[in-house]
Amino acid sequence: MTSATQPDTEPQTRMTGAAIVLKALQDQGVDVVFGYPGGAVLPIYDELFTTNAVRHILVRHEQGAVHAAEGYARSTGKVGVVLVTSGPGATNAVTGLTDALMDSIPIVCLTGQVPTHLIGNDAFQEADTTGITRPCTKHNYLVKSVDHLSDIMHEAFHVAARGRPGPVVIDLPKDVLFADGPYRAPSAPRRTTYRPRTVPDQDAVEQAVDLIASAERPVFYGGGGLINSGPEASRLLTEFVQMTGYPTTLTLMGLGAFPASDRRFLGMLGMHGTYEANLAMYNCDVMINIGARFDDRVTGRISDFSPRSRKIHVDIDPSSINKNVPVDVPVIGDAATVLARMIETWKRKGCRPRQDALARWWEQIDSWRARDCLAYSQDGSVIKPQHAIRRLFEKIRGRDFYITTEVGQHQMWAAQYFEFEEPNRWMTSGGLGTMGYGLPAALGVQVAHPDALVIDVAGEASFLMNIQELSTLCQYGLPVKAFIVNNQWMGMVRQWQELIHGGRYSESYTASLPDFVKLAESFGGVGLIARTADDLDDVIDEMLAVDRFVLADIRVSKEENCFPMIPSGAAHNEMLLGQDDRMEHETSDDGMVLV
Amino acid sequence: MGQQEDAREQRRTIAVLVDNEPGVLARVIGLFSGRGYNIESLTVSEVDPVAGFSRITIVTSGTSMVIEQIKAQLARLVPVHEVHDLSTEGPHIERELALIKVANRGDARIEALRIADMFRARAIDSTLESFVFELTGNPGKINAFVGLMEAIGTTEVCRGGVVAISRGSNISMVTVDGDPEDDPTQAG
Ligand SMILES: Cc1ncc(C[n+]2csc(CCOP(=O)(O)OP(=O)(O)O)c2C)c(N)n1
Ligand SMILES: [Mg+2]
Repeated sequence: MTSATQPDTEPQTRMTGAAIVLKALQDQGVDVVFGYPGGAVLPIYDELFTTNAVRHILVRHEQGAVHAAEGYARSTGKVGVVLVTSGPGATNAVTGLTDALMDSIPIVCLTGQVPTHLIGNDAFQEADTTGITRPCTKHNYLVKSVDHLSDIMHEAFHVAARGRPGPVVIDLPKDVLFADGPYRAPSAPRRTTYRPRTVPDQDAVEQAVDLIASAERPVFYGGGGLINSGPEASRLLTEFVQMTGYPTTLTLMGLGAFPASDRRFLGMLGMHGTYEANLAMYNCDVMINIGARFDDRVTGRISDFSPRSRKIHVDIDPSSINKNVPVDVPVIGDAATVLARMIETWKRKGCRPRQDALARWWEQIDSWRARDCLAYSQDGSVIKPQHAIRRLFEKIRGRDFYITTEVGQHQMWAAQYFEFEEPNRWMTSGGLGTMGYGLPAALGVQVAHPDALVIDVAGEASFLMNIQELSTLCQYGLPVKAFIVNNQWMGMVRQWQELIHGGRYSESYTASLPDFVKLAESFGGVGLIARTADDLDDVIDEMLAVDRFVLADIRVSKEENCFPMIPSGAAHNEMLLGQDDRMEHETSDDGMVLV
Repeated sequence: MGQQEDAREQRRTIAVLVDNEPGVLARVIGLFSGRGYNIESLTVSEVDPVAGFSRITIVTSGTSMVIEQIKAQLARLVPVHEVHDLSTEGPHIERELALIKVANRGDARIEALRIADMFRARAIDSTLESFVFELTGNPGKINAFVGLMEAIGTTEVCRGGVVAISRGSNISMVTVDGDPEDDPTQAG
């Protein structure tokens, strides 16, 4: 308890539950809430109306509210806040919550609930929200008494943000919102159990540093934990890489944690990662995983994952250690804290990289790099999707930009062809792979950074999944740019059908697409279309010049595949580099069942 | 490389101290079903009404890697205070309570009483053609008793599940005043 502001007798200002909610949000420093009203949360909306204390962004679908809050959280490092009603409001939020859980994004989601005396009665708009969201939240609460409300509100922010971040649901019965109760300011968290370890065990750090110094073929493998830890983690990683001169790769979630322009950056790794990154992972002798989780998209066939390396794994979540891949040196702690300790230990011990071995390793890596695995040729008038995305990047390079994506080929191309120099600039649905994520996420980013350039790199199929949020963009004058890489296919599905299912394109054509230009106009934005390669640059320029929201319909070649690709069930050294690269073997039965 | 994984299935008894609040059992059970872990037995009861702690005893099985996962996943639940692997932390005692009804006639009734005596099971209900026995012991003993009863009558069995505690004077799971205030190693 901060005694300066709190007299001995803790002042328990009494107010209604709804007022407690608003007061707690203010005391937690919340400046914006993404929400959608309904009967069960009307007392909170009433309070919003009368106090005008917190900005409310009215989305058009509760899934959009959660993704918007995710975009807000990922681009600011703060907790994103969502407010939805009971029943359908809560169930609509479930996809967003699951997305936030999988990508470890801090969210507090307030859901309305029927009054306590009706819970269990199949009342109108009743859903067992805590039951439904238990497996898709880090934690959830059903507030049964207004006496606990302020403590729960504060604890929820603590739980959402600390340790490995995640979504927290607070289910609020309507009678609790009307009842009078005590308000307690945020103090020491009520809950004593949830105290995740952030400071690593020094012995583990020493062991890790010794191993790092002994490496002949090292690789740093960084993930989303670096971003979640805050910008200091990225700064320290960069410093450590510069001290050691070791090659560095990042996961889809980690892009931006190390500057892409640095020559030690090998690009993204994993299923659509670069040749050099994946072969470095396969052939390394020491792997330094910081804040990544050996996801199946990264490891490929687990039995052949980096078979000859000793592995260091830094993670704030002990349950990530030895989950998929057994490691030699686990280090539990916050990425920035661990990196600071590692750097300090490295210096104190006077460690030096093994220059000869390292030079040979770099020579090897440079030969892989020379394959230029992301090369494409834009010839003819049909726009190649890779070219569209690369041109977009070249036009905005150096500007204050944030990129979100939908899910599919365009997402992978964006990850491959954009270069991120800093963290918190890249928002994509990694763990859940949620089509429809990018537009509402961009909305949330733009709310947080009103003057920045915010672009949703979209596929036409994904874009239709949360298209209602265009109305929100219009209402709040949010100048989000949707760059629709329109191949008229669910491209990623089509690619798998081509490569793995004998070219039987079952239900993957996106027929009956809308006229995106008219669509944009009907929602109060600007629509642009690029039909040929000659149009492309002009359309991008125009899109960037407009200060309203823009839908740019970029008509790209329909049958382009995304390479490199490690087919499911294959190992890192079995990568396909292009259309002419035949698969060595038919995909194995084990591989076929993988997603 | 990495540590060599021990691929053998092991049976483990895990004790978990949790806040006694609605939903906590559902969280634990949901964790096991959602992640495909085995539950052989699960018991729960409040052990400290003042602090509001319940203790859950779980008997599970898996490879060493899976067992480590189970413990880490349990520890990361917000209402979980402590997780102890009783099977590896030293000697421990396991007990289970069972009520066994056996319906039979004639000589088999005498045999039932004789076996019950040997197992120190108490007859707590009797009719002319049935007994209800109360028996405590480790799960193996109860299995053995039930097996014998099945051989001499028609049986109905109700078992309470395993409860377990470490041997010796060491209090490993402090309930009252046990706030691990300065222990930063909790949870994930
Ligand atoms: C909500 C949801 N449903 C289904 C999928 C499976 N899926 C993954 S990519 C994809 C196709 C995406 O098509 P589009 O948005 O046009 O992107 P493209 O691959 O063509 O670039 C589908 C259906 C998904 N990821 N999310
Ligand atoms: Mg498409």
